[in-house]
Amino acid sequence: MTLLRLEDVTRTVLPPDQPALTILNGVSLTVSPGDRVSIVGRSGSGKSTLLNLMGLLDLPTSGVLEFDGRPAKSISGAARDRMRGARIGFVFQQFNLLPGRTALENVTMPLHYAEGRQFWRRRTLAAEMLEQVGLGHRLDSMPDRLSGGEQQRVAIARSLVRGPELILADEPTGALDLDTGQSVMELIDEVATRTGAALVTITHDPAIARRAHDHYRLDRGVLTRVDDPADLHGDAPPAAATIAGDAPPACDTTSPYRTGEILAGKIPAGGSTGPGPSTSPTPGADS
Amino acid sequence: MRRALTGFVGAVLEAWQELRVHRTRVLLSLIGVAVAVCSLTTVVALGAIVQQANEELSERSSGRPATLYVSAYTNDGGTLDAEAMDAAWQETLDRYHVDYASRVAQTMLLVPFVTGGLQVGAQAVDLPYGEMHRLRITEGSWFTEADAARLAPALVVNEVFWDRIGRPDLATHPTVRLGGDHGATAIVVGVYPAASWETEPSMYLLADQLAAVRAADPSGGTESDPYGGGTQYEMWVPPAISTELTELVRRDIGAALGDGVQVDVNRQDYAQYGDDPFLVTKLVVGGIAVLVLLLGALGLVNIALVTVKQRVREIGIRRSFGATAGRVFFAVMMESVVATVAAGAVGVMAAVLLVQSPMVQEFVGQGMVSDFPPFPVDAALLGLASATLVGALAGLLPALVAVRVKVIDAIRY
Repeated sequence: MTLLRLEDVTRTVLPPDQPALTILNGVSLTVSPGDRVSIVGRSGSGKSTLLNLMGLLDLPTSGVLEFDGRPAKSISGAARDRMRGARIGFVFQQFNLLPGRTALENVTMPLHYAEGRQFWRRRTLAAEMLEQVGLGHRLDSMPDRLSGGEQQRVAIARSLVRGPELILADEPTGALDLDTGQSVMELIDEVATRTGAALVTITHDPAIARRAHDHYRLDRGVLTRVDDPADLHGDAPPAAATIAGDAPPACDTTSPYRTGEILAGKIPAGGSTGPGPSTSPTPGADS
Repeated sequence: MRRALTGFVGAVLEAWQELRVHRTRVLLSLIGVAVAVCSLTTVVALGAIVQQANEELSERSSGRPATLYVSAYTNDGGTLDAEAMDAAWQETLDRYHVDYASRVAQTMLLVPFVTGGLQVGAQAVDLPYGEMHRLRITEGSWFTEADAARLAPALVVNEVFWDRIGRPDLATHPTVRLGGDHGATAIVVGVYPAASWETEPSMYLLADQLAAVRAADPSGGTESDPYGGGTQYEMWVPPAISTELTELVRRDIGAALGDGVQVDVNRQDYAQYGDDPFLVTKLVVGGIAVLVLLLGALGLVNIALVTVKQRVREIGIRRSFGATAGRVFFAVMMESVVATVAAGAVGVMAAVLLVQSPMVQEFVGQGMVSDFPPFPVDAALLGLASATLVGALAGLLPALVAVRVKVIDAIRY
């Protein structure tokens, strides 16, 4: 069963007084329940646009975008919004908690858009969810009274409180230190595994990306599958299968990520061994 | 249906939460709305009271709608037979079952105050006159049947008169002399307020009793009708039949008095021309109120627009968690409406307190309003409706801006 399917998707925008700009070019991607997918890309590579499409916030210019077998274009805007609220959960880099609201109110927020039992029992459900992410004792804390890790846990609780089938994590550890980032990723993994949700992580941190089972690189609007997670680092996809678009530029073969040293836990903690971002060993990265 | 219910409850909850989180900003912006609604409601309510005061003033001088004035005079300039006129008048009243009617004669009577004798303006009237002219009595009461049966004439005097005799307690049946040496002793039974421009004593007495006073002291002390107008006859009739009755009364009294007597019947109350005599007042008051409200609304729109710009990220977050464009629109509108309705309620309450305060009523009424109207319900409803409308209008622009927010851009903003 396929949850999300993108087939030869192109997204073009028309800047004023300028020629059309292709943001995504022939992107194909399939996500099934329980999948762990990572997408690595630099700034400006089209990650946000891809996130828009996967989150049903936008429609492709051409190609096929299906959610649960239904073409997104055939679903009305309001129905897409409701579908997104009920079946897709977002985790953002900057947590994006609502200021001035307690942790509990933040987690309750998505349930305001639910119906029936979820709506009327929203406070109970939100409190249970916060309990599950280890913040049962911080229900009434304001975001500015929480540490970065705690804020991200609240954000995770918020994204999962409606039991989504697809979790879209946009740079989920980007604003956290390494250790906290790791524990947050473990939490997301754990909850996604427990609920059977698919997890798509968009990141530029290869260490985070490697936690997934399926790896992709987005470069200048072209999505390519990376079979070997060690190839995630570098300016461009190396010997990866090009799904669409032009041939990728040469990769950095000297990277420690490329040689798999980091994955094997050979880099001393705190050490930086290559041009990529500094990272600590990632014991959970076994794929 | 279920979706609509949860959607509505959810939007109200969101709006309330938003107002709670931004209470300082909301409070500050709502002060303007509350003041505007308070002004609007106050102006409308005061307008109603001023109108009431104007009506009462008009009614005091020329009667309630519709009051017909009957006067008769001989064509050859001779004296009209007063008894014949009174008889014709009474016959006409009986024929048309007119219960509220009065003779009105202006006269001057000598009153020997302790500061010296003074010719005091007096109006000789019949019992219904007080009701017909909505006379306000501050002490004692208007004439009653018992007063009409008194052997001594009864007086209703103005406050200046009452001051001159030392403001005695009317329960002690204070008396004053009327006329010269052979004059009568009259009992003061009531006091009516004097307008701020009135500095001279004046009084009412019953027409039949005036006749008795004159009969007792024909030589001096009374000056009959210094204005030369004779006795006037007034009747208060339903406005719907007043035109028809005018003709009938003229015909009947004219026929009773015979040839050589000219009878005039005129309607002289403020509503005689049919159109609303207070239209200009209403338009001016309404115009001011609308201007006040517009100013309040402009301030609110300004603040609401700035606020939405600051809330782009929050709106983006809500959209990403399933808020439809309609829901965001409704929630932003609800914030504005919930807030302005609350402010409107406060404004209306403030207006009620203000308008009903004795100080304001005294200032507006200038002692001329006897039936001070209760706070007009339509003014309160208008205030609340205006607050809701202003909230909806002020929320419209920000809500449109909120719907146009690009979700992911907003989140990354």
